[in-house]
Amino acid sequence: MTTVERVREEAAHIGAQPAAGQESGLTGDTVDLRVLKGVPGGAPEEVAYQVPMVTGMVVLDAVHYVQHNLDTDLACRWNCKAAKCGSCSAEVNGHPVLMCKTRIDELPAGPVVVHPLKTFPLIKDLVTDVSRNYEINREIPQFTPAPGDEGPWRIQQVDIDRLYEYRRCIECFLCQDVCHIMRSHHYADRFYGPRFFVRVASLEMHPKDVLNRVDQTRTDGGLGYCNITKCCTEVCPEHIHITDNAIIPLKERNADRHWDPVRFVGRFLRGERPAGDGTQQGH
Amino acid sequence: MTPEPYDVIDRDVLVIGAGGAGMRAAIAAAEAGCSVAVFTKSLLGKAHTVMAEGGIAAGLGNVDADDSWEVHFADTMLGGQLLNNWRMVELYAHEVVDRVYELERWGGLFDRTPDGRIMQRAFGAHSWKRLAHVGDRTGLELIRTLQDRMVHTPGADVFMEYTLTALLKDGDRVSGAIGYNRNDGRFVVVRCGAVVLGSGGWGRMYRYTSNSWESTGDGAAIAYDAGADLLDMEFVQFHPTGMVWPPGARGILVTEAVRGEGGLLFNSEGARFMLEYDPVKKELSSRDVVARSIYKEVKAGRGSPHGGAFLDVRHLGAERIKRKLPSMYEQFHALASIDITRQPMEVGPTIHYTMGGVRVDAETGATTVAGLYAGGEVAGGLHGANRLGGNSLGDILVFGLRAGAAAADFAMSRRREPKNIDERQVTQEQQALLRPLDQGENGASPGENPYKLHEELQAVMQDDAGIGRSEESLQRALAAIQELRARAAHMRVSGGRVLNPGWHTCRDVSNMLTISEAIVRCALERRESRGSQWRFDHLDQSEELGQVNFVSRRDGEAMRVEAVPLEPLPERLRPLLERSRFYDPAKLPKGYMTARPARAGRKAG
Ligand SMILES: Cc1cc2nc3c(=O)[nH]c(=O)nc-3n(C[C@H](O)[C@H](O)[C@H](O)COP(=O)(O)OP(=O)(O)OC[C@H]3O[C@@H](n4cnc5c(N)ncnc54)[C@H](O)[C@@H]3O)c2cc1C
Ligand code: SF4
Ligand code: SF4
Ligand code: FES
Repeated sequence: MTTVERVREEAAHIGAQPAAGQESGLTGDTVDLRVLKGVPGGAPEEVAYQVPMVTGMVVLDAVHYVQHNLDTDLACRWNCKAAKCGSCSAEVNGHPVLMCKTRIDELPAGPVVVHPLKTFPLIKDLVTDVSRNYEINREIPQFTPAPGDEGPWRIQQVDIDRLYEYRRCIECFLCQDVCHIMRSHHYADRFYGPRFFVRVASLEMHPKDVLNRVDQTRTDGGLGYCNITKCCTEVCPEHIHITDNAIIPLKERNADRHWDPVRFVGRFLRGERPAGDGTQQGH
Repeated sequence: MTPEPYDVIDRDVLVIGAGGAGMRAAIAAAEAGCSVAVFTKSLLGKAHTVMAEGGIAAGLGNVDADDSWEVHFADTMLGGQLLNNWRMVELYAHEVVDRVYELERWGGLFDRTPDGRIMQRAFGAHSWKRLAHVGDRTGLELIRTLQDRMVHTPGADVFMEYTLTALLKDGDRVSGAIGYNRNDGRFVVVRCGAVVLGSGGWGRMYRYTSNSWESTGDGAAIAYDAGADLLDMEFVQFHPTGMVWPPGARGILVTEAVRGEGGLLFNSEGARFMLEYDPVKKELSSRDVVARSIYKEVKAGRGSPHGGAFLDVRHLGAERIKRKLPSMYEQFHALASIDITRQPMEVGPTIHYTMGGVRVDAETGATTVAGLYAGGEVAGGLHGANRLGGNSLGDILVFGLRAGAAAADFAMSRRREPKNIDERQVTQEQQALLRPLDQGENGASPGENPYKLHEELQAVMQDDAGIGRSEESLQRALAAIQELRARAAHMRVSGGRVLNPGWHTCRDVSNMLTISEAIVRCALERRESRGSQWRFDHLDQSEELGQVNFVSRRDGEAMRVEAVPLEPLPERLRPLLERSRFYDPAKLPKGYMTARPARAGRKAG
């Protein structure tokens, strides 16, 4: 008998049983989960929950456990549970992260404290109003090829390789959350923020896009306010080098158009002053 | 009772869903001059489509010059075991080529061939290298591209984080929908000339699924409630490779691109078992075959430690793995602490896709209810008994466009007619929605926890209506669903209407119960094994059942299942089947192609 025949025969006798290997993975430990609960104006408070630890558990699993078993109205966002959609952003022990990618066994011992993103207005519990980001996105003109350039196109891989990094962005808005310019009320409505500098870069460097996107990014987008602190790059779960590979190249293109490029770049490379200092604000 | 206050939104066309299908429909309707409202349960850009990994199947012939729409047609029909609506497949295979180039024209990026054209990769049961892709994050690229296009299309407005819970009817025609804003709990009524469903599938009634929380079958359930036919509901796709460990990650998809790029499957004895189950297509056999093979290996005691098989890519080399499968590398690293360049992955079947759905007209996506259209995963017919990988991202573009354009036509032709909203329907739905929040007399009744009911339903569907089924298990499932439905009438949640996930889950549970019942009832009727339907008590295909689709329809409070005869493939398309590399006259799926001449014209069912 071949394996196929053998297994077919066996299968006939199996009946519809669940597959093997469904151990619960409970480790016997308990997670001390503390979630900031509340609505705007209602003085949100940290609520403590005891969650049974499971092998490989991520923070989002723990929040789901609470929803299912302890507190059905605890609000959070999530979709993919696989770090692909950028919905489950929160601050865990003070760090902006994706809850679905943050393993509890990799956090320091002690309570796991989960707060909503600070930069955006609170809606309830772990959910904030991120609509400002969608407004910014609409301000960025769409991809625009030359009129009549209809394709199918021949594009060489080498000419798009560097776009891949920008295109990885899952719009988790963690970079927007940590950027101090976004956090300042004074600039927030004049500043696109790191996510959208990445977006502009991905369009600007597309070999078929013909718009000049640099001017608008400086005027409406406030590129000049960014002083290259790199906080955004540090939190990006997609490991996009936001500052080095999106913001600085845009600043350089901007510089090419508005200053003596050699002086500017030279100065930048020597690190004499951050490329994005107040001098651009007058434009 | 007087209605609770609600906001009114007036548009020509309402699109329910902002995945690929919904967005493509909205663009089409807005470009036709309609005002369009797009509703989504999540934020824009987070719909299920974003998770798609492997690629879009299209017969571009860029890598294998022998490929063409004709071969794509043949592969899709054979993969679907000839239960597909052939006209849909024909339109699809034709038009998906244009849709891919359109995406590129709208700024979508694809991997390139050495001569600069769109690169294509191999996928299960496709004759040639056919999937246009960007590494393993094709869905993200697709959704961003459509999002960019849609938000810049005048006339299309997006309403994020709303749930629509019922269609409103004016006589026999759909005239709008009602639902609520998830964030503040306010009710909303949309008045419109036509509705397009682009609301995706229903994996969440199973315990192990690659689907997000959104996939609760809302669109199909509310269409059914409004009187629309559901088609082929028994066909639910198990993707062969989901993660199996750790427990929290169980079900998360491991893209077929892993095997497309050359990944191999082994059992615990180190045997490459697919060589035996399908010596021709091997690891790249169709999904139903690979999923069952893994299941059988595990059952036979040759599974991996956590009840799966080993999927190995180490021979590809670290550089290629990180370039072609970057998100898989990252996913196993982050969630399972596994370095796939050094260790094999553990994988097992996970619920992934729903072939069945709202019954539609091939050309227009019109459902059996006037004014209601559907496209994408929520619609049935294109994939027959089994979907080939890559055919869904194409589906949502081709039929999203068609449904959006047809809905726009319908709405325009009725622009002058008054848009009537029946307050009775509104009030009735509001009452039903508010019931779980109402704490009963003296507020004491503890009631049922919706999450617990959901978990129980998942256990029922996973165990009794899962990858393998029998009369006995399905009857058990049906009884359990009926009991759960009775208990669901007593669901209670704490908290108010402001962003209350427990409250939201109540509605999801009732939708999932409807859809589960349809799955089970159709699976009972199909007393054969075909495509994704594997009946332990009917292991073979039946010639008679190969000539019918099952349709579920609402009849008062009861669900009726009816066999409707398939329209056999017309003569002009028959020769195309032979173009598939997997065409074997001796092994044709049983049905109208194999029926003895005397019975060929017979209408079954
Ligand atoms: C992990 C994964 C990988 C995949 N990979 C591939 C692949 O490589 N190739 C391929 O072809 N296919 C793939 N698929 C399948 C494919 O992604 C989906 O079938 C397809 O994206 C479905 O698109 P859609 O537009 O029909 O629905 P979805 O993208 O699911 O969108 C549904 C939309 O409807 C909205 N909605 C639902 N209900 C309501 C309601 N009640 N009120 C308001 N809005 C509502 C949702 O919010 C959402 O916006 C994959 C699927 C998964 C899960
Ligand atoms: S580098 Fe610029 S954009 Fe990034 S966080 Fe700092 S100021 Fe903000
Ligand atoms: S750039 Fe990175 S951190 Fe910012 S939104 Fe995109 S993925 Fe998130
Ligand atoms: S749920 Fe999608 S990124 Fe976390």
